[in-house]
Amino acid sequence: MDDVFSIVSFYFRKMNDKLIIAGKEFSSRLFLGTGKFSSNSVMEQAITASGTEMVTLAMKRVSLGNAEDDMLAHVAKPHIQLLPNTSGVRNAEEAVFAAKMAREAFGTNWLKLEIHPDPRYLLPDPVETLKATEILVKEGFVVLPYCQADPVLCKRLAEAGAATVMPLAAPIGSNRGLVTLDFLKAIIEESSVPVVVDAGIGAPSHAAQAMEIGASAVLVNTAISVAADPVAMAEAFKEATAAGRKAYLAGLGAQSSDFSAVASSPLTSFLN
Amino acid sequence: MRFKVNDEPVELPEGSSIDDLAKANNLPEKGVAIAVNNEMVPLSQWKGKVIAEGDDIIIIRAVCGG
Repeated sequence: MDDVFSIVSFYFRKMNDKLIIAGKEFSSRLFLGTGKFSSNSVMEQAITASGTEMVTLAMKRVSLGNAEDDMLAHVAKPHIQLLPNTSGVRNAEEAVFAAKMAREAFGTNWLKLEIHPDPRYLLPDPVETLKATEILVKEGFVVLPYCQADPVLCKRLAEAGAATVMPLAAPIGSNRGLVTLDFLKAIIEESSVPVVVDAGIGAPSHAAQAMEIGASAVLVNTAISVAADPVAMAEAFKEATAAGRKAYLAGLGAQSSDFSAVASSPLTSFLN
Repeated sequence: MRFKVNDEPVELPEGSSIDDLAKANNLPEKGVAIAVNNEMVPLSQWKGKVIAEGDDIIIIRAVCGG
């Protein structure tokens, strides 16, 4: 009877397993970045194949007189939440300005706040990120800050009203996987807001691992856009993210503390 | 009248508005935002916002990015 109950309860949770951010429901836990695709058409196909409902975009100064392709037409769909980022800003003041420009250009108050003044590692500035979050939340933005995998900082961002926290797995575009694994676990354990693992996820197995440890979602860009077949890779990430989430809900078995085996078959009463 | 757009010098007749600037450069209304002297000017105010000599204008548009 207990078994039946636990199976029913698992399927009930699975069926109702929606991610909610700032009151909005998401069925997909894979967020997609749109950088570095070979063409807008490939990007659009990858977005469809990934099943994503949240897509990041950036802003750039226009060059007057140069006709430029309208990438928004390939991204703006009714089921997709646009998430403009503030990439390129160096401090909170510039981020607030960029946020207001983004709200106007994209018609949304959702924002991926990213402030990374150092071009080598593109690591987020925690002080400016917290300062900008405090201001932007008061100005009515739904703020999803890209941040260090720092449990204390993540707590402070949530207290400041961030809708999620988005700690990094590894430096942006590095494809190195969950370098910050232990910190991510601590953040997930303590967070009062959804935790989106962002940056550095380079393979579907990394996405699955992030979901298995209880991340609410993952944000992937480079690993998909620079793959030999970005559309197939988008689908692989979709499946890995869903598999990782399912495994988390199902409850992973305990790991041995050393290399010794724990039998999974009876060892006696067969040949003797 | 001379002013700057994204740090480049631009010239338009006296009394031109942000809307005139946008039309002269075929800027779309969606996916674009304009600021004058670091203050964002909403689309609804483009027509009424007259550009002044020496204004510093920033125009951004949507691009791909993570």
